[in-house]
Amino acid sequence: MTAQRTTRDRTWLLAVPGVGFLFAAYAVPLALLLLVSFKFPETFTLSAYQHFFADSYNWHVIWNTVRAALLTTGFCLLLGYPAAFALAWSRGAVQILFLICLILPLSVGIVVKAFAWTIVLRTDGVLNQALVGLGILGQPMRLIFTEAGLIFGAVNVFIPFMILPIYSVVRLMDSRLVEAAQTMGATPLYVFRRVVLPLTLPGVIAGIAFVFSMSLAMYVVPTLLVGERYMTLSRQIARSYLYLRDEQLGSTVAVVLLVFSLAVIVSSQWLAGRTRGAP
Amino acid sequence: MTRTQILTRGAVWIIGFAVCVYLMLPLFVTVAVSFSESSVFNLPPPSWSTRWYEALATKRGLLPALGLSVQIALLSTAISLVLGTLAAIAVVRGRFPGRDALSTFVVSPLMMPGLVVGIALLQFLRGMGMRDAYTGLLIGHVIVTLPFVMRTVQASLSLFDFTLLDAARTLGLTYPRALLKVMVPVLSPAYITSGLFAFLASMDNYPISIFLTDARNKTLPIQMLEYLEVRPDPTIAAVSSCLILLTILVLLFTERLIGLRRLTDF
Repeated sequence: MTAQRTTRDRTWLLAVPGVGFLFAAYAVPLALLLLVSFKFPETFTLSAYQHFFADSYNWHVIWNTVRAALLTTGFCLLLGYPAAFALAWSRGAVQILFLICLILPLSVGIVVKAFAWTIVLRTDGVLNQALVGLGILGQPMRLIFTEAGLIFGAVNVFIPFMILPIYSVVRLMDSRLVEAAQTMGATPLYVFRRVVLPLTLPGVIAGIAFVFSMSLAMYVVPTLLVGERYMTLSRQIARSYLYLRDEQLGSTVAVVLLVFSLAVIVSSQWLAGRTRGAP
Repeated sequence: MTRTQILTRGAVWIIGFAVCVYLMLPLFVTVAVSFSESSVFNLPPPSWSTRWYEALATKRGLLPALGLSVQIALLSTAISLVLGTLAAIAVVRGRFPGRDALSTFVVSPLMMPGLVVGIALLQFLRGMGMRDAYTGLLIGHVIVTLPFVMRTVQASLSLFDFTLLDAARTLGLTYPRALLKVMVPVLSPAYITSGLFAFLASMDNYPISIFLTDARNKTLPIQMLEYLEVRPDPTIAAVSSCLILLTILVLLFTERLIGLRRLTDF
Protein backbone atom coordinates (compact mmCIF):
# COMPACT_ATOMS: atom_id res chain seq x y z
CA MET A 1 0.00 0.00 0.00
CA THR A 2 2.74 2.41 1.00
CA ALA A 3 4.76 1.45 -2.04
CA GLN A 4 1.79 2.06 -4.29
CA ARG A 5 1.20 5.47 -2.78
CA THR A 6 4.72 6.62 -3.42
CA THR A 7 4.59 5.54 -7.06
CA ARG A 8 1.29 7.38 -7.44
CA ASP A 9 2.65 10.50 -5.82
CA ARG A 10 5.47 10.67 -8.30
CA THR A 11 3.24 11.19 -11.34
CA TRP A 12 3.59 14.95 -10.91
CA LEU A 13 7.19 14.58 -12.06
CA LEU A 14 5.87 13.98 -15.59
CA ALA A 15 4.50 17.52 -15.68
CA VAL A 16 7.86 19.03 -14.75
CA PRO A 17 9.44 19.36 -18.24
CA GLY A 18 6.42 21.02 -19.86
CA VAL A 19 5.38 23.17 -16.93
CA GLY A 20 9.00 24.04 -16.15
CA PHE A 21 9.52 25.14 -19.74
CA LEU A 22 6.37 27.28 -19.71
CA PHE A 23 7.31 28.72 -16.35
CA ALA A 24 10.75 29.77 -17.58
CA ALA A 25 9.83 30.89 -21.11
CA TYR A 26 6.36 32.31 -20.49
CA ALA A 27 5.45 33.03 -16.86
CA VAL A 28 8.79 34.56 -15.84
CA PRO A 29 9.06 36.78 -18.96
CA LEU A 30 5.51 38.03 -18.41
CA ALA A 31 6.31 38.82 -14.78
CA LEU A 32 9.46 40.65 -15.89
CA LEU A 33 7.42 42.61 -18.42
CA LEU A 34 5.17 43.69 -15.57
CA LEU A 35 8.20 44.83 -13.60
CA VAL A 36 9.57 46.80 -16.56
CA SER A 37 6.28 48.66 -16.81
CA PHE A 38 6.81 49.74 -13.18
CA LYS A 39 10.26 51.01 -14.22
CA PHE A 40 11.82 48.35 -12.01
CA PRO A 41 14.69 47.90 -11.00
CA GLU A 42 15.61 51.63 -11.03
CA THR A 43 12.49 52.55 -9.10
CA PHE A 44 9.06 51.14 -8.47
CA THR A 45 6.45 53.56 -9.68
CA LEU A 46 3.07 53.73 -11.33
CA SER A 47 4.10 56.82 -13.28
CA ALA A 48 4.04 55.05 -16.65
CA TYR A 49 0.40 54.15 -16.03
CA GLN A 50 -0.51 57.61 -14.75
CA HIS A 51 1.06 59.00 -17.88
CA PHE A 52 -0.76 56.45 -20.04
CA PHE A 53 -4.21 56.93 -18.53
CA ALA A 54 -3.88 60.72 -18.41
CA ASP A 55 -3.75 60.83 -22.20
CA SER A 56 -7.23 60.87 -23.67
CA TYR A 57 -5.88 59.39 -26.91
CA ASN A 58 -5.06 56.18 -25.04
CA TRP A 59 -8.63 55.97 -23.72
CA HIS A 60 -9.71 56.27 -27.30
CA VAL A 61 -7.41 53.36 -28.22
CA ILE A 62 -8.77 51.23 -25.37
CA TRP A 63 -12.33 52.03 -26.42
CA ASN A 64 -11.55 51.08 -30.04
CA THR A 65 -10.08 47.77 -28.91
CA VAL A 66 -12.96 46.84 -26.61
CA ARG A 67 -15.56 48.04 -29.09
CA ALA A 68 -14.12 46.01 -31.98
CA ALA A 69 -13.90 42.94 -29.73
CA LEU A 70 -17.48 43.37 -28.49
CA LEU A 71 -18.86 43.83 -32.00
CA THR A 72 -16.88 40.85 -33.30
CA THR A 73 -17.98 38.62 -30.43
CA GLY A 74 -21.60 39.78 -30.76
CA PHE A 75 -21.83 38.99 -34.46
CA CYS A 76 -19.97 35.70 -34.01
CA LEU A 77 -22.55 34.66 -31.41
CA LEU A 78 -25.50 35.90 -33.46
CA LEU A 79 -24.42 33.91 -36.53
CA GLY A 80 -22.50 31.13 -34.82
CA TYR A 81 -25.22 29.97 -32.43
CA PRO A 82 -27.73 29.03 -35.16
CA ALA A 83 -24.91 27.73 -37.37
CA ALA A 84 -23.84 25.33 -34.59
CA PHE A 85 -27.40 23.93 -34.51
CA ALA A 86 -27.46 23.55 -38.29
CA LEU A 87 -24.16 21.66 -38.05
CA ALA A 88 -25.51 19.41 -35.28
CA TRP A 89 -28.79 18.72 -37.11
CA SER A 90 -27.21 17.93 -40.47
CA ARG A 91 -26.37 14.36 -41.39
CA GLY A 92 -24.14 12.46 -43.79
CA ALA A 93 -22.70 14.29 -46.78
CA VAL A 94 -24.26 17.63 -45.78
CA GLN A 95 -22.54 17.48 -42.43
CA ILE A 96 -19.20 16.59 -44.02
CA LEU A 97 -19.59 19.57 -46.36
CA PHE A 98 -20.46 21.76 -43.40
CA LEU A 99 -17.38 20.55 -41.51
CA ILE A 100 -15.18 21.27 -44.50
CA CYS A 101 -16.56 24.82 -44.71
CA LEU A 102 -15.69 25.21 -41.05
CA ILE A 103 -12.34 23.46 -40.71
CA LEU A 104 -10.74 24.42 -44.01
CA PRO A 105 -10.95 28.20 -43.40
CA LEU A 106 -9.86 27.58 -39.80
CA SER A 107 -6.74 25.87 -41.13
CA VAL A 108 -5.89 28.59 -43.63
CA GLY A 109 -3.67 31.33 -42.26
CA ILE A 110 -4.92 34.67 -40.98
CA VAL A 111 -2.66 36.62 -43.33
CA VAL A 112 -4.18 34.77 -46.30
CA LYS A 113 -7.74 35.45 -45.16
CA ALA A 114 -7.16 39.08 -44.23
CA PHE A 115 -5.53 39.61 -47.63
CA ALA A 116 -8.57 38.07 -49.34
CA TRP A 117 -10.86 40.41 -47.41
CA THR A 118 -8.90 43.42 -48.63
CA ILE A 119 -9.89 42.29 -52.15
CA VAL A 120 -13.50 41.52 -51.26
CA LEU A 121 -14.05 44.81 -49.44
CA ARG A 122 -12.54 47.14 -52.05
CA THR A 123 -14.89 49.80 -53.34
CA ASP A 124 -14.84 48.04 -56.72
CA GLY A 125 -14.63 44.65 -54.96
CA VAL A 126 -16.86 41.60 -55.01
CA LEU A 127 -19.06 42.59 -52.08
CA ASN A 128 -19.87 46.03 -53.43
CA GLN A 129 -20.56 44.62 -56.89
CA ALA A 130 -22.93 42.07 -55.37
CA LEU A 131 -24.71 44.59 -53.13
CA VAL A 132 -25.18 47.04 -56.00
CA GLY A 133 -26.16 44.23 -58.37
CA LEU A 134 -28.83 43.02 -55.95
CA GLY A 135 -30.14 46.56 -55.61
CA ILE A 136 -29.36 46.70 -51.87
CA LEU A 137 -26.99 49.62 -52.41
CA GLY A 138 -27.50 52.44 -54.87
CA GLN A 139 -23.79 52.95 -55.33
CA PRO A 140 -20.62 51.26 -54.06
CA MET A 141 -19.89 51.93 -50.41
CA ARG A 142 -16.52 52.44 -48.82
CA LEU A 143 -15.85 49.30 -46.75
CA ILE A 144 -12.12 48.80 -46.53
CA PHE A 145 -10.38 51.01 -43.96
CA THR A 146 -13.68 51.30 -42.06
CA GLU A 147 -14.85 49.71 -38.83
CA ALA A 148 -17.52 47.77 -40.75
CA GLY A 149 -14.81 46.25 -42.92
CA LEU A 150 -12.77 45.33 -39.85
CA ILE A 151 -15.74 43.56 -38.25
CA PHE A 152 -16.54 41.76 -41.53
CA GLY A 153 -13.04 40.32 -41.61
CA ALA A 154 -12.68 39.66 -37.87
CA VAL A 155 -15.99 37.76 -37.61
CA ASN A 156 -14.92 35.69 -40.59
CA VAL A 157 -11.63 34.77 -38.96
CA PHE A 158 -12.96 34.05 -35.47
CA ILE A 159 -16.44 32.56 -36.00
CA PRO A 160 -15.21 28.92 -36.10
CA PHE A 161 -14.05 29.39 -32.49
CA MET A 162 -17.63 30.26 -31.58
CA ILE A 163 -19.32 27.52 -33.60
CA LEU A 164 -17.15 24.58 -32.50
CA PRO A 165 -17.61 24.87 -28.69
CA ILE A 166 -21.37 25.44 -29.10
CA TYR A 167 -21.59 22.54 -31.55
CA SER A 168 -19.86 20.25 -29.05
CA VAL A 169 -22.60 20.87 -26.44
CA VAL A 170 -25.52 20.89 -28.92
CA ARG A 171 -24.35 17.50 -30.18
CA LEU A 172 -24.68 16.06 -26.67
CA MET A 173 -28.04 17.72 -25.96
CA ASP A 174 -30.89 15.30 -25.35
CA SER A 175 -33.58 16.37 -27.81
CA ARG A 176 -36.21 14.54 -25.72
CA LEU A 177 -35.91 17.31 -23.13
CA VAL A 178 -37.20 19.81 -25.70
CA GLU A 179 -40.02 17.45 -26.67
CA ALA A 180 -40.91 16.89 -23.03
CA ALA A 181 -41.15 20.62 -22.40
CA GLN A 182 -43.32 21.03 -25.49
CA THR A 183 -45.61 18.18 -24.41
CA MET A 184 -46.06 19.96 -21.12
CA GLY A 185 -47.33 22.97 -23.05
CA ALA A 186 -44.28 25.25 -22.95
CA THR A 187 -44.18 28.00 -25.56
CA PRO A 188 -41.20 27.96 -27.96
CA LEU A 189 -39.70 30.99 -26.27
CA TYR A 190 -40.05 29.36 -22.86
CA VAL A 191 -38.44 26.14 -24.16
CA PHE A 192 -35.54 28.16 -25.51
CA ARG A 193 -35.09 30.19 -22.36
CA ARG A 194 -35.49 27.39 -19.83
CA VAL A 195 -34.24 24.29 -21.67
CA VAL A 196 -32.11 24.96 -24.74
CA LEU A 197 -30.20 28.02 -23.53
CA PRO A 198 -29.17 26.60 -20.12
CA LEU A 199 -28.05 23.35 -21.76
CA THR A 200 -25.92 25.14 -24.37
CA LEU A 201 -24.59 27.80 -21.99
CA PRO A 202 -21.21 26.11 -21.32
CA GLY A 203 -20.49 26.09 -25.05
CA VAL A 204 -21.62 29.69 -25.40
CA ILE A 205 -19.37 30.80 -22.53
CA ALA A 206 -16.39 28.95 -23.98
CA GLY A 207 -17.06 30.43 -27.43
CA ILE A 208 -17.43 33.97 -26.12
CA ALA A 209 -14.25 33.64 -24.05
CA PHE A 210 -12.28 32.40 -27.08
CA VAL A 211 -13.56 34.96 -29.54
CA PHE A 212 -13.45 37.88 -27.15
CA SER A 213 -9.90 37.25 -26.00
CA MET A 214 -8.69 36.65 -29.55
CA SER A 215 -10.39 39.72 -30.99
CA LEU A 216 -9.12 41.91 -28.13
CA ALA A 217 -5.60 40.93 -29.13
CA MET A 218 -6.01 40.71 -32.92
CA TYR A 219 -3.24 42.36 -34.88
CA VAL A 220 -3.03 41.12 -38.47
CA VAL A 221 -6.71 41.73 -39.30
CA PRO A 222 -6.81 45.41 -38.24
CA THR A 223 -3.38 46.02 -39.78
CA LEU A 224 -4.57 44.95 -43.21
CA LEU A 225 -8.22 46.01 -43.05
CA VAL A 226 -8.19 49.31 -41.18
CA GLY A 227 -4.64 50.55 -40.96
CA GLU A 228 -3.64 53.70 -39.17
CA ARG A 229 -7.17 55.05 -38.86
CA TYR A 230 -8.22 52.66 -36.16
CA MET A 231 -5.64 52.33 -33.42
CA THR A 232 -5.99 49.34 -31.11
CA LEU A 233 -3.91 48.23 -28.13
CA SER A 234 -2.21 45.52 -30.19
CA ARG A 235 -1.28 47.93 -32.94
CA GLN A 236 -0.10 50.41 -30.33
CA ILE A 237 2.19 47.76 -28.81
CA ALA A 238 3.67 46.82 -32.17
CA ARG A 239 4.10 50.47 -33.10
CA SER A 240 5.91 51.37 -29.88
CA TYR A 241 8.32 48.47 -30.24
CA LEU A 242 8.89 48.20 -33.96
CA TYR A 243 8.68 51.84 -35.07
CA LEU A 244 8.91 54.21 -32.11
CA ARG A 245 11.45 52.01 -30.24
CA ASP A 246 9.77 53.16 -27.02
CA GLU A 247 9.93 50.04 -24.87
CA GLN A 248 8.58 51.78 -21.80
CA LEU A 249 5.36 52.72 -23.58
CA GLY A 250 5.23 49.31 -25.27
CA SER A 251 5.47 47.37 -22.04
CA THR A 252 2.87 49.59 -20.37
CA VAL A 253 0.36 49.05 -23.18
CA ALA A 254 1.22 45.34 -23.20
CA VAL A 255 0.39 45.06 -19.49
CA VAL A 256 -2.92 46.90 -20.05
CA LEU A 257 -3.85 44.40 -22.78
CA LEU A 258 -2.64 41.53 -20.61
CA VAL A 259 -4.92 42.62 -17.77
CA PHE A 260 -7.91 42.67 -20.15
CA SER A 261 -7.12 39.16 -21.39
CA LEU A 262 -6.58 37.80 -17.88
CA ALA A 263 -9.91 39.29 -16.82
CA VAL A 264 -11.61 37.47 -19.70
CA ILE A 265 -9.94 34.16 -18.85
CA VAL A 266 -10.64 34.38 -15.11
CA SER A 267 -14.27 35.45 -15.53
CA SER A 268 -14.97 32.77 -18.13
CA GLN A 269 -13.46 30.12 -15.84
CA TRP A 270 -15.61 31.41 -13.00
CA LEU A 271 -18.75 31.43 -15.15
CA ALA A 272 -17.99 27.96 -16.47
CA GLY A 273 -17.62 26.71 -12.90
CA ARG A 274 -20.93 28.30 -11.94
CA THR A 275 -22.87 26.78 -14.85
CA ARG A 276 -21.41 23.38 -14.06
CA GLY A 277 -22.40 23.73 -10.41
CA ALA A 278 -25.96 24.87 -11.16
CA PRO A 279 -28.69 22.24 -10.79
CA MET B 1 -44.52 20.90 -36.21
CA THR B 2 -45.93 24.27 -35.35
CA ARG B 3 -45.39 27.33 -37.49
CA THR B 4 -42.85 28.80 -35.07
CA GLN B 5 -40.84 25.59 -35.18
CA ILE B 6 -40.83 25.54 -38.96
CA LEU B 7 -39.76 29.18 -39.06
CA THR B 8 -37.00 28.63 -36.49
CA ARG B 9 -35.68 25.57 -38.31
CA GLY B 10 -35.79 27.42 -41.61
CA ALA B 11 -33.88 30.37 -40.14
CA VAL B 12 -31.27 28.05 -38.61
CA TRP B 13 -30.64 26.31 -41.94
CA ILE B 14 -30.47 29.59 -43.84
CA ILE B 15 -28.00 31.11 -41.38
CA GLY B 16 -25.97 27.89 -41.40
CA PHE B 17 -25.76 27.96 -45.17
CA ALA B 18 -24.93 31.69 -45.24
CA VAL B 19 -22.14 31.17 -42.70
CA CYS B 20 -20.65 28.44 -44.90
CA VAL B 21 -20.62 30.75 -47.91
CA TYR B 22 -19.18 33.56 -45.81
CA LEU B 23 -16.42 31.30 -44.47
CA MET B 24 -15.45 29.96 -47.88
CA LEU B 25 -15.60 33.33 -49.67
CA PRO B 26 -12.03 34.49 -48.89
CA LEU B 27 -10.65 31.15 -50.06
CA PHE B 28 -12.44 31.31 -53.40
CA VAL B 29 -11.43 34.92 -53.88
CA THR B 30 -7.78 34.09 -53.24
CA VAL B 31 -7.74 31.24 -55.73
CA ALA B 32 -9.60 33.30 -58.36
CA VAL B 33 -7.19 36.23 -58.05
CA SER B 34 -4.15 33.96 -58.25
CA PHE B 35 -5.18 32.82 -61.75
CA SER B 36 -5.87 36.34 -62.96
CA GLU B 37 -3.93 37.80 -65.86
CA SER B 38 -4.12 41.32 -64.49
CA SER B 39 -1.96 42.65 -61.66
CA VAL B 40 -4.82 44.59 -60.07
CA PHE B 41 -7.23 42.54 -58.04
CA ASN B 42 -10.27 42.71 -60.30
CA LEU B 43 -12.92 40.06 -59.97
CA PRO B 44 -13.89 38.26 -62.04
CA PRO B 45 -10.47 38.48 -63.69
CA PRO B 46 -10.39 39.84 -67.27
CA SER B 47 -8.49 36.75 -68.43
CA TRP B 48 -6.85 33.76 -66.82
CA SER B 49 -3.16 32.92 -66.57
CA THR B 50 -0.66 31.07 -64.43
CA ARG B 51 1.98 33.80 -64.60
CA TRP B 52 1.84 34.48 -60.83
CA TYR B 53 2.64 30.86 -60.14
CA GLU B 54 5.60 31.07 -62.48
CA ALA B 55 6.71 34.19 -60.62
CA LEU B 56 6.76 32.26 -57.34
CA ALA B 57 10.10 30.62 -58.04
CA THR B 58 11.87 33.96 -58.39
CA LYS B 59 10.10 35.79 -55.54
CA ARG B 60 12.82 36.93 -53.19
CA GLY B 61 12.80 35.47 -49.70
CA LEU B 62 9.78 33.28 -50.27
CA LEU B 63 11.36 29.84 -50.29
CA PRO B 64 13.65 30.45 -47.28
CA ALA B 65 10.64 31.76 -45.33
CA LEU B 66 8.56 28.72 -46.25
CA GLY B 67 11.43 26.40 -45.30
CA LEU B 68 11.95 28.10 -41.96
CA SER B 69 8.23 28.05 -41.16
CA VAL B 70 7.88 24.35 -41.92
CA GLN B 71 10.98 23.50 -39.88
CA ILE B 72 9.88 25.52 -36.86
CA ALA B 73 6.34 24.15 -37.10
CA LEU B 74 7.49 20.52 -37.28
CA LEU B 75 10.03 20.89 -34.49
CA SER B 76 7.77 22.82 -32.14
CA THR B 77 4.88 20.39 -32.74
CA ALA B 78 7.12 17.41 -32.00
CA ILE B 79 8.44 18.99 -28.80
CA SER B 80 4.92 19.94 -27.72
CA LEU B 81 3.60 16.43 -28.33
CA VAL B 82 6.20 15.04 -25.94
CA LEU B 83 5.95 17.73 -23.25
CA GLY B 84 2.16 17.97 -23.57
CA THR B 85 1.55 14.24 -23.27
CA LEU B 86 3.71 13.97 -20.16
CA ALA B 87 1.94 16.93 -18.54
CA ALA B 88 -1.47 15.55 -19.53
CA ILE B 89 -0.68 12.16 -17.96
CA ALA B 90 0.43 13.92 -14.78
CA VAL B 91 -2.79 15.93 -14.60
CA VAL B 92 -5.11 13.00 -15.38
CA ARG B 93 -3.31 10.35 -13.31
CA GLY B 94 -1.76 12.42 -10.55
CA ARG B 95 -3.39 12.94 -7.17
CA PHE B 96 -1.51 16.10 -6.26
CA PRO B 97 -3.23 19.39 -5.44
CA GLY B 98 -3.53 22.17 -8.02
CA ARG B 99 -4.00 19.91 -11.04
CA ASP B 100 -6.77 22.08 -12.49
CA ALA B 101 -4.67 25.20 -12.06
CA LEU B 102 -1.76 23.45 -13.73
CA SER B 103 -3.82 22.45 -16.73
CA THR B 104 -5.27 25.97 -17.01
CA PHE B 105 -1.74 27.35 -16.92
CA VAL B 106 -0.51 25.13 -19.75
CA VAL B 107 -3.56 25.95 -21.91
CA SER B 108 -3.52 29.67 -21.08
CA PRO B 109 -1.17 30.85 -23.89
CA LEU B 110 -4.04 30.03 -26.26
CA MET B 111 -6.01 32.96 -24.89
CA MET B 112 -3.15 35.33 -24.14
CA PRO B 113 -2.40 38.20 -26.50
CA GLY B 114 0.35 36.91 -28.77
CA LEU B 115 2.09 40.27 -29.07
CA VAL B 116 2.44 40.49 -25.30
CA VAL B 117 3.86 36.99 -25.02
CA GLY B 118 6.23 37.80 -27.88
CA ILE B 119 7.52 41.01 -26.31
CA ALA B 120 7.93 39.42 -22.92
CA LEU B 121 9.92 36.59 -24.47
CA LEU B 122 12.02 39.00 -26.55
CA GLN B 123 12.97 41.12 -23.54
CA PHE B 124 13.70 38.00 -21.51
CA LEU B 125 15.92 36.41 -24.16
CA ARG B 126 17.79 39.67 -24.71
CA GLY B 127 18.28 39.96 -20.96
CA MET B 128 19.73 36.45 -20.95
CA GLY B 129 22.08 37.48 -23.76
CA MET B 130 20.57 35.07 -26.27
CA ARG B 131 20.42 36.53 -29.74
CA ASP B 132 19.89 33.46 -31.89
CA ALA B 133 16.62 34.10 -33.76
CA TYR B 134 16.09 30.44 -34.64
CA THR B 135 16.13 29.26 -31.02
CA GLY B 136 13.98 32.18 -29.96
CA LEU B 137 11.39 31.36 -32.62
CA LEU B 138 11.41 27.71 -31.60
CA ILE B 139 10.83 28.58 -27.93
CA GLY B 140 8.03 30.98 -28.86
CA HIS B 141 6.35 28.42 -31.07
CA VAL B 142 6.47 25.68 -28.44
CA ILE B 143 4.57 28.08 -26.14
CA VAL B 144 1.96 28.48 -28.90
CA THR B 145 1.63 24.80 -29.79
CA LEU B 146 1.72 23.24 -26.31
CA PRO B 147 -1.87 24.27 -25.37
CA PHE B 148 -3.35 22.42 -28.36
CA VAL B 149 -1.65 19.17 -27.34
CA MET B 150 -2.44 19.59 -23.66
CA ARG B 151 -6.16 20.24 -24.25
CA THR B 152 -6.82 17.40 -26.65
CA VAL B 153 -4.59 14.75 -25.11
CA GLN B 154 -5.88 15.52 -21.61
CA ALA B 155 -9.50 15.18 -22.80
CA SER B 156 -8.67 11.91 -24.52
CA LEU B 157 -6.71 10.52 -21.56
CA SER B 158 -9.46 11.32 -19.08
CA LEU B 159 -11.66 8.88 -21.05
CA PHE B 160 -8.94 6.22 -21.17
CA ASP B 161 -9.40 3.20 -18.92
CA PHE B 162 -6.03 2.79 -17.23
CA THR B 163 -6.92 -0.68 -15.91
CA LEU B 164 -6.35 -1.84 -19.49
CA LEU B 165 -2.65 -1.25 -18.89
CA ASP B 166 -2.75 -3.47 -15.81
CA ALA B 167 -4.56 -6.10 -17.87
CA ALA B 168 -1.87 -5.94 -20.55
CA ARG B 169 0.84 -6.29 -17.93
CA THR B 170 -0.94 -9.25 -16.33
CA LEU B 171 -0.90 -10.84 -19.77
CA GLY B 172 2.86 -10.53 -19.80
CA LEU B 173 3.76 -7.26 -21.50
CA THR B 174 6.41 -5.02 -19.99
CA TYR B 175 5.22 -1.57 -18.93
CA PRO B 176 6.72 0.32 -21.92
CA ARG B 177 5.30 -2.28 -24.33
CA ALA B 178 1.91 -2.09 -22.64
CA LEU B 179 1.94 1.69 -23.14
CA LEU B 180 2.91 1.25 -26.78
CA LYS B 181 0.38 -1.49 -27.55
CA VAL B 182 -2.59 -0.26 -25.53
CA MET B 183 -2.40 3.45 -24.78
CA VAL B 184 -0.78 4.79 -27.96
CA PRO B 185 -3.48 3.39 -30.33
CA VAL B 186 -6.24 4.88 -28.13
CA LEU B 187 -4.46 8.23 -28.05
CA SER B 188 -3.55 8.39 -31.73
CA PRO B 189 -6.66 10.36 -32.85
CA ALA B 190 -5.87 12.92 -30.16
CA TYR B 191 -2.29 13.09 -31.42
CA ILE B 192 -3.37 13.60 -35.01
CA THR B 193 -5.92 16.28 -34.12
CA SER B 194 -3.69 18.20 -31.77
CA GLY B 195 -0.61 17.72 -33.93
CA LEU B 196 -2.48 19.09 -36.93
CA PHE B 197 -3.78 22.15 -35.13
CA ALA B 198 -0.46 22.76 -33.40
CA PHE B 199 1.34 22.59 -36.74
CA LEU B 200 -1.14 24.95 -38.40
CA ALA B 201 -1.05 27.39 -35.47
CA SER B 202 2.73 27.50 -35.70
CA MET B 203 2.72 27.97 -39.48
CA ASP B 204 0.23 30.81 -39.09
CA ASN B 205 1.72 32.55 -36.07
CA TYR B 206 2.44 36.21 -36.62
CA PRO B 207 2.18 38.07 -33.29
CA ILE B 208 4.90 36.17 -31.42
CA SER B 209 7.19 35.64 -34.40
CA ILE B 210 7.30 39.32 -35.36
CA PHE B 211 9.42 40.11 -32.30
CA LEU B 212 11.69 37.10 -32.61
CA THR B 213 12.66 37.19 -36.28
CA ASP B 214 15.69 38.90 -37.73
CA ALA B 215 16.65 39.80 -41.31
CA ARG B 216 17.83 36.28 -42.10
CA ASN B 217 15.19 34.32 -40.18
CA LYS B 218 11.73 35.36 -41.38
CA THR B 219 8.79 33.03 -41.09
CA LEU B 220 6.23 32.81 -43.89
CA PRO B 221 3.45 34.97 -42.35
CA ILE B 222 5.98 37.72 -41.58
CA GLN B 223 7.38 37.60 -45.09
CA MET B 224 3.89 37.61 -46.62
CA LEU B 225 2.67 40.58 -44.60
CA GLU B 226 5.84 42.38 -45.62
CA TYR B 227 5.07 41.75 -49.31
CA LEU B 228 1.54 43.02 -48.74
CA GLU B 229 2.73 46.19 -47.06
CA VAL B 230 5.39 46.94 -49.64
CA ARG B 231 3.90 45.97 -52.99
CA PRO B 232 0.90 43.69 -53.09
CA ASP B 233 0.55 41.68 -56.30
CA PRO B 234 -1.24 38.40 -57.11
CA THR B 235 1.91 36.42 -56.28
CA ILE B 236 0.66 36.58 -52.69
CA ALA B 237 -2.60 35.04 -53.89
CA ALA B 238 -0.61 32.32 -55.63
CA VAL B 239 1.33 31.57 -52.42
CA SER B 240 -1.93 31.57 -50.50
CA SER B 241 -3.57 29.22 -53.00
CA CYS B 242 -0.68 26.80 -52.66
CA LEU B 243 -1.10 26.93 -48.87
CA ILE B 244 -4.84 26.30 -49.26
CA LEU B 245 -4.12 23.31 -51.50
CA LEU B 246 -1.61 22.01 -48.96
CA THR B 247 -4.20 22.38 -46.19
CA ILE B 248 -6.81 20.51 -48.25
CA LEU B 249 -4.36 17.65 -48.77
CA VAL B 250 -3.54 17.51 -45.06
CA LEU B 251 -7.25 17.53 -44.16
CA LEU B 252 -8.00 14.79 -46.71
CA PHE B 253 -5.24 12.72 -45.19
CA THR B 254 -6.67 13.36 -41.70
CA GLU B 255 -10.15 12.44 -42.92
CA ARG B 256 -8.80 9.10 -44.12
CA LEU B 257 -7.02 8.51 -40.82
CA ILE B 258 -9.53 9.57 -38.18
CA GLY B 259 -12.49 11.29 -39.85
CA LEU B 260 -13.22 15.00 -39.95
CA ARG B 261 -15.72 14.88 -37.08
CA ARG B 262 -12.93 14.29 -34.61
CA LEU B 263 -11.33 17.55 -35.64
CA THR B 264 -14.24 19.47 -34.13
CA ASP B 265 -12.76 18.74 -30.69
CA PHE B 266 -9.77 20.83 -31.62
